[in-house]
Amino acid sequence: MASHPYRDRDAMRRCVEAIARRVSQPWTLMEVCGGQTHAILRHGLDRLLAPAGIALIHGPGCPVCVTPTARIDQAIALARTPGVILCSFGDMLRVPGSGEDLSTARARGARVQVVYSPLDAVRLAQRQPQDQVVFFAVGFETTAPATALAVLQAQALGLANFSLLVAHVRVPPAVAALLATPNHRIQALLAAGHVCAVMGLAEYAPLVRRFRLPVVATGFEPVDILQGVLRAVDQLEGGQARLENAYARAVTDGGKGNAQRLLETVFEPATRPWRGLGEIPNGALSLRPAWQAFDAEARFPLDQMPESSHPDCQAAAVLTGRLTPTECPAFGRRCRPEHPLGAPMVSAEGACAAYFHYRAPMEEG
Amino acid sequence: MCLAIPGRLLSRSDEEPLFRTGRVDFGGVVKAVSLACVPEAEVGDTVLVHAGLAITRLDPEAARKLDGWLAGEA
Ligand code: SF4
Repeated sequence: MASHPYRDRDAMRRCVEAIARRVSQPWTLMEVCGGQTHAILRHGLDRLLAPAGIALIHGPGCPVCVTPTARIDQAIALARTPGVILCSFGDMLRVPGSGEDLSTARARGARVQVVYSPLDAVRLAQRQPQDQVVFFAVGFETTAPATALAVLQAQALGLANFSLLVAHVRVPPAVAALLATPNHRIQALLAAGHVCAVMGLAEYAPLVRRFRLPVVATGFEPVDILQGVLRAVDQLEGGQARLENAYARAVTDGGKGNAQRLLETVFEPATRPWRGLGEIPNGALSLRPAWQAFDAEARFPLDQMPESSHPDCQAAAVLTGRLTPTECPAFGRRCRPEHPLGAPMVSAEGACAAYFHYRAPMEEG
Repeated sequence: MCLAIPGRLLSRSDEEPLFRTGRVDFGGVVKAVSLACVPEAEVGDTVLVHAGLAITRLDPEAARKLDGWLAGEA
């Protein structure tokens, strides 16, 4: 592969040295983005930073992992409904519901179509007017604008056969819930750069004030992550708690961008449970009343299923940074990507999957 | 699914804004991407793409600043 400026080993080393020079005591930082978790494990940033006394713990940064089993059960029920095609991102297919997952349901005849974008689901609805197309709308504020655009396109096209099963979640309320937990270990927060690229930084200002901790918008490449760590450590060492942007090439500080406006045209904050974390006030997105016609829950009779997960799965502790995946007794033994007990082992962004891919073989070998 | 990927805009369609797309090069893989949120993006710009939608245009000036830090910090 061509050399990538933000994956350059030498640049990474110099970032780590700059961090080490500033550190006078151990610090614990949390990132809340599965993409960052994977980059940290993949490039061994945790191991590069450990000698300097910097510990990285992982928050609930995987929207697939926090989608309740009850929502997955509803998606499966829709996919089994005659005349309905359920469109989903590929990552959702093997995430266990209370019984089956979407992939097993598909093998048994349910109509599940994998899409790369919600806009693909709109095109499918356009091509197949005889079918009802439901898009399983999972994701953070990064994905919600694409879903919102799908709704606007469906309306412009006059499609009566397109709707959403909404499972979108919002990051800042979840972070606030974690920070309000007694005895959490989080001393600084690396805010997910791509969520900030959509939403800006404003949502974090109240958190910085309320919890007095540094919050640094941070990108995804290893050098970006180390830059975020450097800025956070600078603040910690100086006794400061500010909102900072270490991902300026994607995140602008002022005003609403088009993606945020798009999201807010179609969605509004709502309270729904997160898998493992329970109900988080305003931690989710729902369609605004004006767009209810596109809500699959209004269009189809859907049961409210009880929430249930595997009794041995420690996902709640993993998602809140209280447990490192390798500390879960099932990790790598009864729980592996081929037969996951919980969502964090399935999803490409799940912390358990990240540790399995980048750590388990080394640790066992 | 959740990962946004930067890519270079090769060309733009001339549909109305809601349906406007562009061909974006992700290191050799070219895909059609919605430009609904980045009407200002020009051919040659780097855009950040998420689930088929360009959510923002990357700021080359800010990228140069980081590159400068990387080059200067010893
Ligand atoms: S390793 Fe498996 S069982 Fe343990 S917390 Fe992760 S997903 Fe759940």
